[in-house]
Amino acid sequence: MRKLAKPVVFVLALAPLAGLIFIVLTGRTSANPAEDILLTTGIWALRFLLASLAITPLRRLTGWNVLIQYRRMLGLFAFFYATVHLCSYIAFDRVFAFGEILADIAKRPFITAGMAAFTLLVPLAITSTKGWVRRLGRRWQLLHRLVYVSAAAACLHFVWKVKVVIGEPVYYAGVLVLLLAFRLVWRFRPSGGFRRQPARA
Amino acid sequence: MLIRRASDIRSSEITDERVYLRRREFFRLAGGLAITGAVGSLVGACGDSSSAAALGDGAGGDGQSPLANIKPKVVSTDEPLNRFEDITSYNNFYEFGQGKNDPQRYAGSLKTSPWTVKIDGLCNKPASYALEDLIKDQQLEERIYRLRCVEAWSMVIPWVGIPLSSVLNRAEPQGKAKFVAFTTVLRPSEMPGQRTGSLEWPYVEGLRMDEAMHPLTILAVGLYGKTLMNQNGAPIRLVVPWKYGFKSIKSIVQIKFVERQPPTAWNIANPDEYGFYSNVNPQVDHPRWSQAREKRLPSLFASYKTQMFNGYGDQVASMYAGMDLRKNY
Repeated sequence: MRKLAKPVVFVLALAPLAGLIFIVLTGRTSANPAEDILLTTGIWALRFLLASLAITPLRRLTGWNVLIQYRRMLGLFAFFYATVHLCSYIAFDRVFAFGEILADIAKRPFITAGMAAFTLLVPLAITSTKGWVRRLGRRWQLLHRLVYVSAAAACLHFVWKVKVVIGEPVYYAGVLVLLLAFRLVWRFRPSGGFRRQPARA
Repeated sequence: MLIRRASDIRSSEITDERVYLRRREFFRLAGGLAITGAVGSLVGACGDSSSAAALGDGAGGDGQSPLANIKPKVVSTDEPLNRFEDITSYNNFYEFGQGKNDPQRYAGSLKTSPWTVKIDGLCNKPASYALEDLIKDQQLEERIYRLRCVEAWSMVIPWVGIPLSSVLNRAEPQGKAKFVAFTTVLRPSEMPGQRTGSLEWPYVEGLRMDEAMHPLTILAVGLYGKTLMNQNGAPIRLVVPWKYGFKSIKSIVQIKFVERQPPTAWNIANPDEYGFYSNVNPQVDHPRWSQAREKRLPSLFASYKTQMFNGYGDQVASMYAGMDLRKNY
């Protein structure tokens, strides 16, 4: 059972991609297939990013330490979907006009935020291997705190992208605020509280 | 009465849906022929099945009444038309939600019959018209227009409608009238988006008098030869092809002559991003994205160069001579 769990999660994490390929190949997209690809990969990148950030609070609350085994996978899937998202923007929306893309990054805050969110994930993805964890030691954890900044930038990207700021983008930002607030509250909780503290990651 | 109820029409008169779905094939073959129910049998006889498959099945449109006596292609383009399914499934109509497919999913709840349009304000003959009376005695025209959304996508759409000017002139506008203000129906119980605060309701729009009187400006009551689907702004909507799509207000219940520039829904929501004029202009970017190019749906790539005034500059540019279009965006 235990051994099966990880491959199962891996396959499930590919389901949004499989769904997307299915609707594209069978002509079930909207009238704007490029937008379907862009929005689906974008939202799943954010979901996986938030899921990876939910691991620590869940562990603390449940004491279920086995969850830590899934954090890296979730983070890498966030990076994967973010990469496809970025590539579809470059290909479909900007048709590989890299000058325009640079102008977008400079001029348009929602693109700036999205690009920052992605760029910050790059070093995290690279240093996600066991070897890098060992080599970096304590600095690894420090480096990987960048994920908070990346997630905040991703939420801003979403909020700034829509024409009317209500609903979904606000909910996602709210989830991020909760996940980050939990960490603060946990750090400053009255010491010796009734809940046992699981081993630090 | 020009718009006939489905029950008034013998089933033998109605174009078979499969034939209807192959209409583009027919357009190609029949050239400039009028689209009328009577040619149904003719269409059935011609063509291969390839484009019928491409058009897909179950294309909505069920329950939409065919419109009679349409003067074909009064304005046209040689660009390929978008599919009926695309035009009716990918819409911005925030009264039914913010998702592009929300209008198709939720617009069924709007009751469009009976429908009254009030025409008032600075005119000599203010009146409320039943929709049928408003377009009675008017020649319905097919107008194949490009529609450019402010979100940088576009479609080519075969509207059926009447020039707005013909309706406005009947009301005899007074000299003081400098603008025309339009209002969408306000019915939160039938329009779920109006129960949210996404925009201020009802949706309002406006045109300068010369824009409203321009021969390209129409009130559309149909699409692809049939009455409008609710998600496209049934039963009557504005179409101003040289402006971004949100200017073409849907499901209109009031048209009012006013002296001052009227408030407009998107300008109220975000004045820095959406101006009163909102003419299609590749040189003036939306603050959050470039307007230089557009995605001609269903293309994947935003490789279609956006044209000034959406390609209608020859007809409309003179109305803006001497205006700073960067300021008057």
